[in-house]
Amino acid sequence: MVKFEYSSLTNERGSIVIHARGLARSFPTRAGRDKTEVRAVAGVDLDVEAGEIVGFLGPNGAGKTTTLRMLTTLLTPTSGTATVAGYDVASQPGLVRQSIGYVSQSGSTQPEARAGEEVVDHGQLYGIPKAQATARGQELFAQLELDGMWKRAPKAMSGGQRRRLDIAMGLVHDPQLVFLDEPTTGLDPQARANLWSHISQLRNGRGMTVFLTTHYLDEADALCDRVLVIDRGTIVAADTPDALKRQVAGDLVELVVGDRAQVVPAATALSALVPGESAHVDGTTVSLRVPGAGSHLAGLVRELDDAGVALVSVDVRRPTLDDVFLTLTGRSLREDAA
Amino acid sequence: MTTTAPTAPAAPATVLPSAPSFLRATGIVFRRQLRIALRNPAWVIIGLVQPVLYLVLFGPLLQPLSASFGVENAYTIFVPGLLVQLGIFGALFAGFGLVAEWRAGVIEAERVTPASRTALLFGRILRDVLQLFAQGLVLIGLGWAFGLRASLGGMLFGLLLTLLLGASCAAASNTLGLITKSEDVLAPVVNSIALPVLLLSGILLPLSLGPTWLQVVGDVMPTKHIVDAIRGAFTGGWGIETLWGSIWSVVIFVILMWVGTRTFRKENA
Ligand SMILES: Nc1ncnc2c1ncn2[C@@H]1O[C@H](COP(=O)(O)OP(=O)(O)OP(=O)(O)O)[C@@H](O)[C@H]1O
Ligand SMILES: [Mg+2]
Repeated sequence: MVKFEYSSLTNERGSIVIHARGLARSFPTRAGRDKTEVRAVAGVDLDVEAGEIVGFLGPNGAGKTTTLRMLTTLLTPTSGTATVAGYDVASQPGLVRQSIGYVSQSGSTQPEARAGEEVVDHGQLYGIPKAQATARGQELFAQLELDGMWKRAPKAMSGGQRRRLDIAMGLVHDPQLVFLDEPTTGLDPQARANLWSHISQLRNGRGMTVFLTTHYLDEADALCDRVLVIDRGTIVAADTPDALKRQVAGDLVELVVGDRAQVVPAATALSALVPGESAHVDGTTVSLRVPGAGSHLAGLVRELDDAGVALVSVDVRRPTLDDVFLTLTGRSLREDAA
Repeated sequence: MTTTAPTAPAAPATVLPSAPSFLRATGIVFRRQLRIALRNPAWVIIGLVQPVLYLVLFGPLLQPLSASFGVENAYTIFVPGLLVQLGIFGALFAGFGLVAEWRAGVIEAERVTPASRTALLFGRILRDVLQLFAQGLVLIGLGWAFGLRASLGGMLFGLLLTLLLGASCAAASNTLGLITKSEDVLAPVVNSIALPVLLLSGILLPLSLGPTWLQVVGDVMPTKHIVDAIRGAFTGGWGIETLWGSIWSVVIFVILMWVGTRTFRKENA
């Protein structure tokens, strides 16, 4: 087996493998007679470290695919610069292509081909020997639960199976850096969870860097070390999922007290945790968003106990990435709100 | 855009997996295209049956005219025309396949690999040339059975010009397909090129049968000279038309391959 020495050398965490500054792309469009420009990506700065799993989160049309296509040399930026795996996308596209894997949003298979051939051909176009591509392809088929589909034509596979075939194609040459454009769209919950654990393993075992787009909040939450939130072609926030949630929304603390007489002392105690904010009262329920509520809870309960307030229940709800998105953009990303 | 930001990390001093050579990549694309094409028997059968039908159903109509062509058997004139028709028509439709591949995401998946983008074009053209070669052999073999007589060298030379023309048309069609990415644009363009070429090149009947004005118009068509050169090669009439036809074949080939290569290499195709 040919082992890429490249992998062992870039494995160390901390080196920057994707670096973009002011990356922008406009498309000329025509609305009736007027020629206008769609600013698909309006100046994106981003840095991704080796071994990170970074999620690109944003609604439809936010510019996720366009950014990925620029980073993978499929599209020339209108302005801005980017280096990927240390190579400039504009002046060294060949070297960039040699260093990455890419799974496009819209699929990559010829309906009449055979699944196994698609994977092997793709691997060979990356320059790996046929035997190696076949062995790795079959391994990926087993891991992605495509057993027995090696000779199946993609047109005779289900949407989710085809999606997993796309992913096998993108991984067959064991890239050290991989771009996945909505990898789990169309997968059932079990297949999604399986793919998440597969991606995590590739990172943990081989130090692979993963840059993926998604509009699934749970996916960004469960899989990604860091999330970049993109809206209308601009990155509006970038941090770990936890930090984003802490920073923007705070945990929702909900106290239910025994009777109405106890509402006022409860509300006073709760409000004291967040300067300048006051708790909402609804019947015997008192609630407030408290950043980092976990560290205040014990003290709060003790204080209320001392004040003679009998708590019926205490509930702390962690903010979701949707709360983050809502706060940042004024719009919701939740499926049911779309 | 080509200037690197000062903060950008330096290129890692690493050994990358080597990209496949140009020939290797062309071979991979060719093998893949051929495999998929051969799996569609309809495609193979139609490709072979069409010229046979022309020979069997149209050829006999020409037989009484043999004398006016100056040959003993009309097939010696007719087969070269059919070769060119095959070369132009078969190959011009290659672009439709490319548009379908674009839709499926195959082209983009190939373009993101380190394989030469020119190889993506050449591998596909090779498939069309091979198909044309097989069709041409069937056509000549069958023509021989019907009474065509020509020297081996003449037939091989005629086939060579046909393959050059076919490769040019395949390049043009694939290029158009990649630029337009739409069958709806491709179809009228292909038709509006193919029809005048077909009519004004004397493919079915030599233009020398027609009025002077038609011959003058035909002289403008490079393909007419190619048809004449192939006919000359078949009838043993080597001469100035052989030269013109060869020059045109090569010129068209070079231009269309150059345009095709440029289009496929572009970053934003
Ligand atoms: N080739 C193109 N020509 C014109 N406009 C385009 C083109 N590609 C993308 N756009 C526009 O650019 C914007 C960003 O598109 P992009 O595909 O990057 O969004 P996205 O974040 O990937 O969305 P989705 O979640 O739907 O995949 C959209 O408004 C889209 O209409
Ligand atoms: Mg997208």
